[in-house]
Amino acid sequence: MKTIWRGIKAFGSFWAVFIFGDDWTVALAVGCALLGTWGLLAVGAPAWWLLPAVVLGITTLSLYRSQHDAPPRG
Amino acid sequence: MNWVVASSAFLAAAIEVIEMVTIVVAVGGSRSWKWSLVGAAGGLVVLTALVALLGTALKHVALDPLRLVIGALLLVFGLQWLRKGVSQVAREGWPSGLGDQSVDDTPAGDGVDWTSVVLSFKGVSLEGLEVSVIVVAFGSAGGGLGSAIVGAVAAVLVVGALGAAAHKVVERIPRRALQLFVGALLSTFGTFWANEGLGVSWPGGDWSMLGVLAVYVLSALTLVTMVRAWQRHPERSGARAFATDGAR
Repeated sequence: MKTIWRGIKAFGSFWAVFIFGDDWTVALAVGCALLGTWGLLAVGAPAWWLLPAVVLGITTLSLYRSQHDAPPRG
Repeated sequence: MNWVVASSAFLAAAIEVIEMVTIVVAVGGSRSWKWSLVGAAGGLVVLTALVALLGTALKHVALDPLRLVIGALLLVFGLQWLRKGVSQVAREGWPSGLGDQSVDDTPAGDGVDWTSVVLSFKGVSLEGLEVSVIVVAFGSAGGGLGSAIVGAVAAVLVVGALGAAAHKVVERIPRRALQLFVGALLSTFGTFWANEGLGVSWPGGDWSMLGVLAVYVLSALTLVTMVRAWQRHPERSGARAFATDGAR
């Protein structure tokens, strides 16, 4: 039972680090951008630009925060 | 042998195989060749099983949800490497990490490098699935499934050989610079696939991927300059003089 639980924790930990890394706000921003893209598509508006724009914005912000203070921890 | 079907399948499949091989080579060069190839082999095994099970019914497989999920995962991970690469290059310079075996500060050691396995597995299985759909589509439309298979296999062999030859070039690139460029590459694939999965139409079709890659790489180079400025003039930006990246 302990081995199974350890395995589950290791699996969860791997995916948490894989997705959130050292700045969970980046993953959150990507998720919001995908939702926004879906919304734009639903109203028939051009949507290809939103995700790259959010990627550039959040990357710049994350790098600025990493220099200014400790990045937020998840 | 239907040469028209074979050559069409070769060209169409080559585009997908280039994406597949690029991920395997990029991950192998920056982390672990062994575990990247293990992940790729795992992807091929799963793909073979799917093809054997579904056969021509593959053309009905919904690829969009797969593209969305795999694209989103690739994007968030690629951005981690991109940010780390920018920070490290800004702090230590472009030649930093020359001679290092891996981009990460924590070596994989004797254990399994699951990150390499997962990245390669995802790239190979998704792109391999798309190649399979191409084969079925061309084979069904042109009446030559065997010819389509020959074309697709030829694409895998040719592009795979080029990828294998590229690993020597990749190994000569300083690790921190490699992390930055591979991060940009993975982020590009992730952005493109996630948007495709949602049904987004890119202006310029598949060629837009090159445009996205160019924008990400140019932005990364610009960010290196900006981060260096923040590090050199903390009193102006409110930033600390030295970045401390969390080691993984």
